Order: sequence, then structure tokens, then C-alpha cells
Amino acid sequence: MTDIATYNFAYLDEQTKRMIRRAILKGIAIPGYQVPFASREMPMPYGWGTGGVQVTASIIGPDDVLKVIDQGADDTTNAVSIRAFFKKVANVAVTTETAKATIIQTRHRIPEHPLNADQVLVFQVPIPEPLRFLEPRETETRKMHALEEYGLMHVKLYEDIARHGRIATTYAYPVKVEGRYVMDPSPTPKFDNPKMHRSPALQLFGAGREKRIYAVPPFTDVVSLDFEDHPFEVQTFDQPCALCGAGNVYLDEVILDDHGGHMFVCSDTDHCEKRRADGHHGHLAPETHLALEAKEPAE
Amino acid sequence: MYVAVKGGEAAIANAHRLLADRRRGDRSVPALRLDQIVEQLALGVDRVMSEGSLYDRELAALAVVQARGDMIEAIFLVRAYRTTLPRFGYTNPVDTGAMRLERRVSATYKDLPGGQVLGPTFDYTHRLLDPELAAGAEVETPAQRPVEPEAMPRVSAILAHEGLIEADGEMPLDHVPGDITREPLEFPMARDIRLQALSRGDEGFLLALGYSTQRGYARNHPFVGEIRIGEVELELDVPELPFAVPLGSIRVTECQMVNQFKGSAKAPPQFTRGYGLVFGQSERKAMAMALCDRALRASELGEDVVAAAQDEEFVISHSDNVQATGFVEHLKLPHYVDFQAELGLVRRMRAEYEARENPGKSEEKREAAE
Repeated sequence: MTDIATYNFAYLDEQTKRMIRRAILKGIAIPGYQVPFASREMPMPYGWGTGGVQVTASIIGPDDVLKVIDQGADDTTNAVSIRAFFKKVANVAVTTETAKATIIQTRHRIPEHPLNADQVLVFQVPIPEPLRFLEPRETETRKMHALEEYGLMHVKLYEDIARHGRIATTYAYPVKVEGRYVMDPSPTPKFDNPKMHRSPALQLFGAGREKRIYAVPPFTDVVSLDFEDHPFEVQTFDQPCALCGAGNVYLDEVILDDHGGHMFVCSDTDHCEKRRADGHHGHLAPETHLALEAKEPAE
Repeated sequence: MYVAVKGGEAAIANAHRLLADRRRGDRSVPALRLDQIVEQLALGVDRVMSEGSLYDRELAALAVVQARGDMIEAIFLVRAYRTTLPRFGYTNPVDTGAMRLERRVSATYKDLPGGQVLGPTFDYTHRLLDPELAAGAEVETPAQRPVEPEAMPRVSAILAHEGLIEADGEMPLDHVPGDITREPLEFPMARDIRLQALSRGDEGFLLALGYSTQRGYARNHPFVGEIRIGEVELELDVPELPFAVPLGSIRVTECQMVNQFKGSAKAPPQFTRGYGLVFGQSERKAMAMALCDRALRASELGEDVVAAAQDEEFVISHSDNVQATGFVEHLKLPHYVDFQAELGLVRRMRAEYEARENPGKSEEKREAAE
């Protein structure tokens, strides 16, 4: 009982990694198809990214450089925790810089900085089935995918328009991959959907509790579902980032006081820091803000 | 003032340190030893072994104390350790008919070969808090009759002689039992897989579902054919040896539920069965499991599936408490990116609503909203 503290490189045993790699390869071969895999219990709870962690653990090597983000930020507690986990069990180099990472594990965002062909983006997925909230039964939804029967999804989107005048889905917005499978892009805001389209980077999706892996290979078509008269559109913000002045990025709203005061700042902390280092600044720029001196890279 | 959410690493480390402190509690109170937990909180340890799917009392006790007595957390600790263990083989099926019994009761027969053995049960205790226990009173040594020299036949075998109860059921000769820890679940599932999932399923969840069948949601007229608790031998076939190698024994609880069945297009009128088997001593879990197992056989027996307890996808997908607690509790992780997306949408829709209701003020509202 006392000598239980030795674990394999990247925690998972090699047999398990092989099993997961097979699932990944199958996923790459059938873009957007959810491949069942024998998900393991991980030393963090289901819901904390066990699927993404298993995918990362199976593809990571000693030379990789890992970046982990949650809500776009490298410094949120769970991103810190997962990064620390891989530092401990795989002793790999970690970074907060998007451009320097070879593997980026993410929850809920795609980095603003464009990815390249040498990078892999690993998504943590809670509910991999895009049809789940329309049809709770796995036996049914698998049939629907097999028959390419996506009418239910289109009806749902149509009903949104009929009721609300617009498609009322703002995140986990369904996409069609390579003209075949409807896929859940994980709960990223729909703002990030266009980044998935023909991305040079390999995109892998791991759902631990639901035991599914799926993939979008590089340069694959990823099209957000819409209608001719109601084309897909992303969120827009009326103001740029208050810190770095960036427009066309996803912003977080930060509450400043209890009188309705708020500011909008980049959700992607690395992007924001880079821009400020390059001399960009927004209307609440760093010079006047002491708190920002605490903003150092997490590592 | 914008305060960046920095310092996650230090915060986590400090939280863990505080947790360790709270777990230990008042240092002037002696720390619990694992053997104390194994000996004196034995049923809690059994539950952790059962739902953690790992038969190791000492590790389960460690998990209980590490989890501060939170059973699901303890089960999770055991599971996360279990999954890292290498698999070197599968034991032969255990023969519960040859169990060395400590308890064996049947509700269907007054007396039966081997007799009724109450064993260490709460059943007829009066639930009066015992101040003497708090004062650390000595406990009498137990009086037990000698262990029966012969194995007691299972009640299901007794009924089977008349042909009134369904047989154990048959699997094709080449059927290899599944392993839910090595294969992803697929629906519909074979009964061996389903029983594995039920055996590690959450006691409370299965209890509630079993209870629901008694209250009319898929009623299946159950009788406790037999409950037995005791030690069974484990044997492993090793390719190099011509005989099965004994590995030792484990304590299990088995419940055979006997259910009335009027017959259907698929099966003649007869008694059907629901089966429960769990590590350690847990009658409640074994009985609830047997009720659920029988309810889940609805399709196999040609019954209408009308209630939650009969719905395989519903029951099995939600019976695992480690999965359930993870997904429920993950809601406390940050979701502000998605919340921001929803906030934007609601603001826009609200502004449109205001504009419709109150055309004059629409412009200034919109300003404020955006």
C-alpha cells in the first residue's frame, strides 16, 4: 500500500493510451463522428475535463509544450490544476503563449491567435451529442446520425427563429463537419465556430463521462447550421477590450462595482497580454491600474 | 477596480492545506487509525469497496478517512486508484451456493434445508441510541452455532425442482463476460454488463428506483427468495497449471428476488428472478439491485416498459455516483464565457421587448442595455 505512488508517463498506462489513440485515429478518419472509447476514471472528477485530459495524456510526448486554458484564460483554477497535473505526471514544458504550444487543451474557448499545422487543440466536452437535448436516448441519436437524419435539429433552429426572431443558441452551436456529421463544438461561444473551419491545426474532442472521442482533421469544413434567410452570425461587442483595445475578439464582462459599473476585457488572457506588450492599450489602460501588475504569466 | 483572477496555483495549494487541516480536526483528539475504521465502520468500508469496485478493506478505510467520511468522495478515490491497476486475469465464476454463511434468510419458506440464520443484522434491534456505547462499554462475545458442515442449497435451486421458477438462464458457450471498466457502454446491453453496472451503482439511487417498483411504477410482485451473506472462494485459472489456483476469499451479499409473473407471449407463467450481488455486507444495496435487475428485464420478458426503473438507458446512464457527482458539481467551475454569450442574447431580446412595449423609451433602454 505504501508503494502505490508510481505512475506511468502522463499517468495513463500504455495499453490505455493505445486504446485511446485508436479511438482518436478513428475519429480523424470519420470527421465529426463520435467514437465510443473505454474512458478511465481519472484523478480529477468527471466534469473537470477528464475526456480532454485522457486525450492529451495519450498524445503528449516529452518534447511537447502544453498550454491549458479555461474560459480563454491560463490562470483560471482548473486550467492551473490541469497544467500542474501534466507538469507532475509527464514533466513536460508548459507555456501560456498560444504560438509556442504544441498541444493546447481548452475548455469553452479557442485562442484568438490563429493556430498552425504543428498544433493540436484538445477540447474538453461535457455532452458530446449535439442532438441530446432534442432526444435524450443514445440508441435514438446514434440512429439519427447513422441515417443523417438531422431534421429535428433544423426544426429546433426554425422554432427559435419563429419564437425569438433569431436562433437562440449562443454557445455549443451545432456545426456540420465535412458535409456529413452534425457535431457539438463543445460549449465554446458561437463566436469561435468560424475558427474551426479549415483550421490548419488538428482538433480533438474528449468527453470522459460520456465516453466519446471525436475529431476535426486539419483543413476540414466546419459549417455552422443556419438558413439562407437567417445566416449564421457571431456575437459582436460594441466596444473593444478595455485593456488592450482589441476589437473582433471575445470579451468577458467584468463587474466593477455594485452600481452597474462594468468593463469588457479579452477572454483570451494571453492575447490581451501580448497586445499590451506590443504597446496597444484600451481606455482603461494598465498605467492607471495597479491590479494589473499582478498579471504575470502563471508559470 | 479590475482585480485579475491570478494566483490560482497558490490559492489551490492553500485550499488543499486548509482541507488537510480540517480533515485532521482538533489535534488533541487522537487521529483515526485505518484498522479502527476497518473494524468499527465496517459497513461504510463495505460500501466504498462495493461502489468503488475494489475489494481492499484497508484502501477503502484510507479513502473514507481521506474523504472525511464523504462516501461518494471515498468511492471516487478508490475508483481512481483501481483504474491504474494492471489486469492479469479474470477469476472463475464464484459459487455462492458454496458460500460460508454468516447470514441466510428466506422470506418465501418458513424452514428450509440449512435453516434460517439471522447473523449480524440490525433487523430486530430497537433503534434506541445507546449511551453505554458512547461510554465505551465492553461488548459480550458472540454466541454462534457452529458453521454448517455442508453447503446450504440456494432457494432458487429448491424451487427449480418443480420447474416453477425460471432457470439461471443460458449464455452462448462462446460468450465472454463483458467488462464495463474496459469497454464503453452500449445500449441495449446484455444482462452480465447490466449487473456489473448495477453492482457498482449508487446505493441511494437504486434504493429509490427499487422502492418505486414497489409503489406501482413497474410493480413486479417481489418476494425475497433468499439473502445470504458470507465468504466465497476466488479461484483463477493459470495457463501453466492444470487446476484453478485459490486466491483467497471475499465477503459478499447475494439477494435472489423471486417475482410473480403471469406469463407473456415470450414466456410461460412462472416465477421470475431478480439478482443482486455486492461486495461486503449490504443487504439494502443487494435487494435494491435485485428489484432493479428484475424491472430492467421487462423487454426480455415481453412486459411493457412504462416506468423509470424499467428503462435501461435511464437507469444505467445515471446509476454511477462518481459520474453523477462530477457532472452535477462541475457546475461550480467557471462558465462565464457561456454566461456572457447568454447575457448578450438576453440583453438584446430584452431591448427588443422593451421597444415593442414602450416605443418612446426604446433608444435610451438600448443604450443602457448594450
